[in-house]
Parts: sequence; C-alpha cells; structure tokens
Amino acid sequence: MVRGRRPPLGFGERVSTVRVPPVLRGAVGGVRELSMPGATVSEVLASLYAVHPEVRAQLVGNDGELHRYVNIYVNDEDVRLLGWLDTPVAESDTVLILPAMAGGATLPR
Amino acid sequence: MATTAYDVVVGEEKSIITPVFSVSVETQMEIEMAQSYQDLLAAAREEVPEIQVADLADRLSRSDAPIVIDVREQSEWDEGHVPGAVHVPRGYLESRIAGIARPDDALVLMCAGGFRSLLAARNLREMGYDNVESVAGGFTRWKQAGNDYDVPQTLTPDQRSRYSRHTLIPEVGEAGQLKLLGAKVLLIGAGGLGSPAAYYLAAAGVGTIGLVDDDVVDASNLQRQIIHTTDRVGMLKAESGKIAIEALNPDVTVNVHATRINRDNVLDIISGYDVIVDGADNFPTRYLLADASLMTRIPLVHASILRFEGHASVFLPYDGPCYRCLFPEPPPPDLAPSCGEAGVLGVLCGVMGNIQATEAIKVILGIGDTLSGRLLVYDALGMTFTELKVRRDPNCPACGPDAHLEFRDYDAWCAGVGRHLDSVNV
Repeated sequence: MVRGRRPPLGFGERVSTVRVPPVLRGAVGGVRELSMPGATVSEVLASLYAVHPEVRAQLVGNDGELHRYVNIYVNDEDVRLLGWLDTPVAESDTVLILPAMAGGATLPR
Repeated sequence: MATTAYDVVVGEEKSIITPVFSVSVETQMEIEMAQSYQDLLAAAREEVPEIQVADLADRLSRSDAPIVIDVREQSEWDEGHVPGAVHVPRGYLESRIAGIARPDDALVLMCAGGFRSLLAARNLREMGYDNVESVAGGFTRWKQAGNDYDVPQTLTPDQRSRYSRHTLIPEVGEAGQLKLLGAKVLLIGAGGLGSPAAYYLAAAGVGTIGLVDDDVVDASNLQRQIIHTTDRVGMLKAESGKIAIEALNPDVTVNVHATRINRDNVLDIISGYDVIVDGADNFPTRYLLADASLMTRIPLVHASILRFEGHASVFLPYDGPCYRCLFPEPPPPDLAPSCGEAGVLGVLCGVMGNIQATEAIKVILGIGDTLSGRLLVYDALGMTFTELKVRRDPNCPACGPDAHLEFRDYDAWCAGVGRHLDSVNV
C-alpha cells in the first residue's frame, strides 16, 4: 500500500529501504518498511518526512535536530559512528530507525 | 598394540591388570605365564621406588613438587583426592600420559592402596618415564595420616540423570553443570520475559533464581506469562513463580523479592547475584538497572518487547557497551508505550525471554559469543532477526572515563523533567 506510493523525487534515482519501528508505524500507515529516495541519510529522511510529516514531529525536536533517543542505522552501523546524517546511502542499503523500547513485565510505574 | 584391560577385585583394592595373553612378545618373555598377582607386584616393586605419604606431603610443599597422578576410578576420585593431583584412571594412563607429563618429569602415582599405582608406574617406566614413583599405601594411608584432601563437588545420581543432556555437550559437561548449580541469576520482573527465562533457567539447573516483582497475577497476564496459572490469579507474581519453579526443579532455590526495585534497594537486592536478567517494562527501571549493573559490575542481559518486535543484548560492565552507550536517553513517554498500552504478541515473550536465558547461561559458563556489542532485533511478523552493532561510547555518560555514576530520580528523568520536555510536542 504505502510502500507502492511513489514519494516526490528530487534526489536522483537512488532508492533505499527505510525500516520503521513499531511505535512509528501508526504515522506511516502501519507498514514496516518503505522505499525512499535519497543519496544520504538526511535525504532519505527528508523524503520520508515529505510523505509522512507526522514522523518528523516524532523524530525531530524544535531545534531541528534528531532527538538523542532516536538511533539511526545504515544497515548494521549506527550513523553516529559513520557520517551522521551525511552518511551515504546506497541503493541496496536499509535505513533503520530505532527508538528504545521499554516493554517487558508490567511493573507498576 | 591393543590390550584388553580387566577390572579385578583383590582384597580391598579394585585393580586393573592386563592379562598376560595380550601383552607384547617382549614383555611376555619377562613375565612368566604362570606369574601370580603377588609375583607381578613383587616384580614391580623391584623396578618402581615407593614413596611414603609423609615424604610425599613434604615434597608437595616444596617448589619442585612432583606431579601426582591419581589412577583410581571416577567414583573413588570423587570421594576425595590429594590437592593438586591429576586424575587419569588406570585404563587411560598410557594413552593420556603424553598430554600430562614429559618423560623427565618427576611423577608420583597414587591409587587407593598402592598396588594399581605400582603396576601403572611400571608401565610408565617401560614407556621411558624414568622418574616415576608409587605411593605406598595409596590414598587410604594419605587420608589416615591426617593429610589434606579435596572432595570435588559432583552431581548426585539424580542430577546426573536430570542434566544428562547438558553434560553430554562438551561446552557444558559436568563442570559446566556444577557452575550452573552454583550460579545465581536475578530476574527483574516475573512477567512476559521473566516467565520463560525463569522456567528455562530453572530447568537448566541454575541453583539460585531471584524474582523481583511486586505485582500480582492478573487474568490478562496469562496470554504470555506462562509461569503463572489461572488458579493463582491474585497471588504475588514472585510467589507464583516460586511455586512453578520449585515444582519443575527442586534443585533451585528461589528468592522472592516482592518489592518494586528502586534506587534505595537496588544494590541490596542485586548484590550476590552473578547475572541480572532485565525484563522490566519501563524506562526508569531499565536505566536504574543499567547504572546499578555498572556500579556492581554484574552483567546485565537485556530484552524488550512490543507488539511483534523484540530487542535483546548483553551489557558486560566496562567490558563492552552499556545500555546508555546504546540509548543515552529514554524517549518521551508518548514514544515509549508499555505492552499494557500497545499490546504484545504472547509468543514473542517466549522467544525473547529464552534468548535472555540463553545469554545468561553463556555468561555463567563463559562459552560462545554473547550479544555483547550487538543489538538483536527480532521482527516476528517478518520473521527476521537483524543484528545492529553497538559500540562502547567513549563519551558515555554512564561508563565513559569521565562519567560520574550516581543514582538519579529516574521517574522524573524519564518523564522528561529538565531534559527533553520542550520537544515532547506530539
């Protein structure tokens, strides 16, 4: 469904896979993965925000920076250890968005 | 040349002798066909020097102590042996000696009464081990003379049977099983993750399991919290878990901690445990445990679950990344729903809780590659396991060189007080 919807292009032909965590799936129509164009992480995220603006509201603070509690990986590497948002993204790469999850036993808060 | 060994009981001493019809031609010429056991011993005494237990005790206290090889059977060794002795049953001595000693090493062989060791020493001399002696009177006399001896911890016959599928695995073996029986694992939460972890750790024979949970069993728990039962709804989860574990394996001691873990009691609760299994459902508890694990250097086995997705990792204090290297700050509450709010597939708990149990066992046994340095992300819907690299953050606020580790008000911190409150805008 959403996966087939073509996002506005403008970043060349490079299209990578974005994996969406459970807590953000509501903001992207319930899918686990989307195809998004972009040559860098920031371009891929910009493509994602263009189609699903709600995601931006959850990932980016008022200062325009990604929240510290959100980890972004290109394949299995944390972009904090690569080129941060300028990390290049290739056609076959997966960009994974990963906020921490708390779930386990139901200990009362 | 293959020889067949026979167990022969002579007097008090069980002895393994090699029948004359199967020894080599050269040896056969030396040993008369009609030689009796007594003759054989007498011949061996002429070749092999005997050492008295007092001399052995004296020599063992010196720096040039000989290697003591105990050639008795397993059951005899298990009842006690000379400290530092190497155990090689008589039947395996010739085939294993090369891995234990060089021909010029000083060796002292010991059995129960001094006969088997005498014959065994003679064989070693034939193999070129010239510096071999036999303990006169054997271990029996050693013990009678009041010398120290070790009684190794062993599995009981019941335990040998119960854990036989473990002890068959070379990486576990009897020594590993004894480690598990001596290990103490603390489970934070006797819920979705804690239930399968507790069950399998108990079945595996982890000797002490602590259950930290102040909640009571609710009917809505039973879809995934398999350690509880319908007739125990309303009971404290830690008590209910204790009943289930004790029914499964009486070897396990269960410590019930029916309390909410917090910064005032965490150090008291976790001290003495070898591994902490984190099955909490909220960030304040997770960050508290991360800090407490670093303070006490107790490994932390992590898992978290939501809907169809699970995360798992292992945090070895100062020996790998910690939880805060991975997630420096908790998300705001609206991005951190609990399973009570968002739901969770019951079976997912089984998968993730058992990954935790697996990792706890590996940490205890010191085997394999744990998830330290890796975050395993399991997606039950896609049935995919994805591994993400987790590196130690040199600037980690918890385990970095400049970190000032102290407990904080985790509830307020996780609620965003003084932190990211202004950005919680959705």
